[in-house]
Amino acid sequence: METRHIDADILVIGGGTAGPIAAIKAKAKNPQLKVLLLDKANVKRAGAIAEGMDSVNNAIVPGYATPEQYVKEITIANDGIVNQAAINAYAVRSYAMIRELDEWGVKFEKDETGDYAVKKVHHLGAYVLPMPEGYDVKKVIFRQLRKHGVQVSNRLVTTRLLVGEGGRAAGAMALDSRSGEFAVIRARAVVLCTGAAGRLGLPSSGYLFGTYENPTNAGDGYSMAYHAGAELSGLECFQINPLIKDYNGPACAYVTGPFGGYTVNAKGERFIKSDYWSGQMMLEFWRELEGGNGPVFLKLDHLADETVTRIENVLHVTERPTRGRFHEGRGTDYRSDLVEMHISEIGLCGGHSASGVWVDEHARTTVPGLYAAGDLCNVAHNYMLGAMVYGQIAGEDAVDFIAGRDFAAFDAAQVERERERVFAPLLREDGLAPTQVEYKLRRMVNDYLQPPKVTRKMEIGLQRFAEIRADLGRLKANNPHELMRAMEVYAILDCAELAAAASLYRTESRWGLYHYRVEYEGRNDADWFAFVQVRKGADGRPECFKREVPPYLYPIDAAERDAYDRLRFEQPATV
Amino acid sequence: MSVIVNQSVVSVIVDHDKCIAGKGCRVCIDVCPTDILALDPQDGKVKMVYDECWYCLPCEHDCPTKAIHVEIPYLLR
Ligand SMILES: Cc1cc2nc3c(=O)[nH]c(=O)nc-3n(C[C@H](O)[C@H](O)[C@H](O)COP(=O)(O)OP(=O)(O)OC[C@H]3O[C@@H](n4cnc5c(N)ncnc54)[C@H](O)[C@@H]3O)c2cc1C
Ligand code: SF4
Ligand code: SF4
Repeated sequence: METRHIDADILVIGGGTAGPIAAIKAKAKNPQLKVLLLDKANVKRAGAIAEGMDSVNNAIVPGYATPEQYVKEITIANDGIVNQAAINAYAVRSYAMIRELDEWGVKFEKDETGDYAVKKVHHLGAYVLPMPEGYDVKKVIFRQLRKHGVQVSNRLVTTRLLVGEGGRAAGAMALDSRSGEFAVIRARAVVLCTGAAGRLGLPSSGYLFGTYENPTNAGDGYSMAYHAGAELSGLECFQINPLIKDYNGPACAYVTGPFGGYTVNAKGERFIKSDYWSGQMMLEFWRELEGGNGPVFLKLDHLADETVTRIENVLHVTERPTRGRFHEGRGTDYRSDLVEMHISEIGLCGGHSASGVWVDEHARTTVPGLYAAGDLCNVAHNYMLGAMVYGQIAGEDAVDFIAGRDFAAFDAAQVERERERVFAPLLREDGLAPTQVEYKLRRMVNDYLQPPKVTRKMEIGLQRFAEIRADLGRLKANNPHELMRAMEVYAILDCAELAAAASLYRTESRWGLYHYRVEYEGRNDADWFAFVQVRKGADGRPECFKREVPPYLYPIDAAERDAYDRLRFEQPATV
Repeated sequence: MSVIVNQSVVSVIVDHDKCIAGKGCRVCIDVCPTDILALDPQDGKVKMVYDECWYCLPCEHDCPTKAIHVEIPYLLR
């Protein structure tokens, strides 16, 4: 096992959506810097947007919406627990990012006059900008990476951050999943963009890689930030999405809604007013599924043939293009059949819900010199464009941070410790297959953490997780690829324990299904109008504590406050 | 410790008549996010070596000869 030593001014980890923009913007601000972008996969096709995207889910386009309206809607959709300054930092840059992507060559839907054709999908305002030809977004961004001279390194699986003097980020350590080499990368600032914890729950198909999220996103970033001493936030606010059953991809409400598609129960009745994904919406969805009114379906069979064709030209071409192949296999045609929907496995994802590594409006974590952007950070409902904008904010702020600062000195013992941890499964004679340990762990996550959350169940879950932790010392990998999978099991286990700890700590219900605790029905603002944070305690165990919600930039009226609690139709609506 | 080797359905199908890996092509191997495609030294063609497919399609879309067809993994069909 050779060790490769690499130095960079700014190290960006994760080349999906946020990462490339962070690297481009850092280089654009100071072209003299060495900016290194590394990914576990191949940056050309890495991340959630590997095959493009159906739409911008949170476009703030003048004439349709203002940053103030958007920040308020996201505040309400998240039951008030947001840092408005962080959401606003996205909102005020949203339109400029769309314009820049447009100039680079990303295609957005426009009306006859050439204006962006924004649609209303959210409960209150209009923020969805379709991208029917959005499949090229990665290619377009890759051209900019080349143009700006960003250095790219693929198939490097980062396993731990290097922590330097004063607790400052000093770089990272990584495993080359092809050669089995170990890499020690020194950097003056680090931007973490490793996406969601997408391999936390097990999809009901039982297929480990049949996840909603790109399965490369196993939760490594949460684990790395945690071990580096960073504060994580909202890990009890799970990500749970309404998806095409078994296929486990979005259907997607944001595409079909504007064309007239909607969700119905087994009786053909519409039961939710807004298909925009929120915890409250998921709670209604879950109630319908479990309450005897299921299955739940996406209904498109009432639409005109040419409308369905337009929908197919999006759903079967971008983002998850195998959706058409799946329907074909089952003989499902949107024109005559309803699409059976289901609830996804649980995950952690700031982009869709409101959890992750705590960052402020400069994308700074609580570790000096460490930034986080994209699904990994806790900027609520930030989606694709929010990932890009936070990438920009992080990249540009990192350039300022390193001015006049050299590499942080660090204790070399941490490198030796990490080398030992990483290579142990390869050196072991025999033992447990990483995929089997992963299967068991993720099944336990389903059994004990899937909402509705029950105290006793979560406590048993923690016992099971502790037993699996003891099994990590028996993991056996036969090659660098399996070694990557073994290291991912460590990260998934960290995420499971942190999610359980945060969920037990918040003794109320909030965010609809995302944190529905049966013993603590309803919101308790008197005690719990606060973020739940978790960090590594002095004893090496997760330590939970509250962090105040910063004063709002845009106050919310009492009348608007509960708008997302009124998603259910009072009378069943048959349309 | 003895182990049992599990059998999985190959869901990424490579057309051997079209695959030009023998001429040095590695495009699909390079782009696959989960890194599950590899060169089979026996026949000089590409094959799926891990049952870890996200049915996402970069391999199929980027293959210069359209040699790849991705099926939905059996458990999901
Ligand atoms: C199926 C699906 C549909 C979606 N639809 C929409 C939509 O229509 N509109 C919208 O606005 N948003 C949508 N989203 C959300 C949006 O795509 C994400 O919020 C956004 O792309 C997240 O960007 P990211 O950079 O955080 O993560 P990603 O783009 O996923 O990038 C994370 C990267 O980190 C790499 N990585 C992970 N671990 C490591 C490690 N240890 N070392 C090195 N690299 C690592 C991964 O390989 C990956 O490339 C969708 C998401 C999904 C999954
Ligand atoms: S991209 Fe196509 S031609 Fe090239 S190695 Fe893969 S299957 Fe063969
Ligand atoms: S569909 Fe995606 S995960 Fe499956 S082999 Fe092709 S590129 Fe890899």
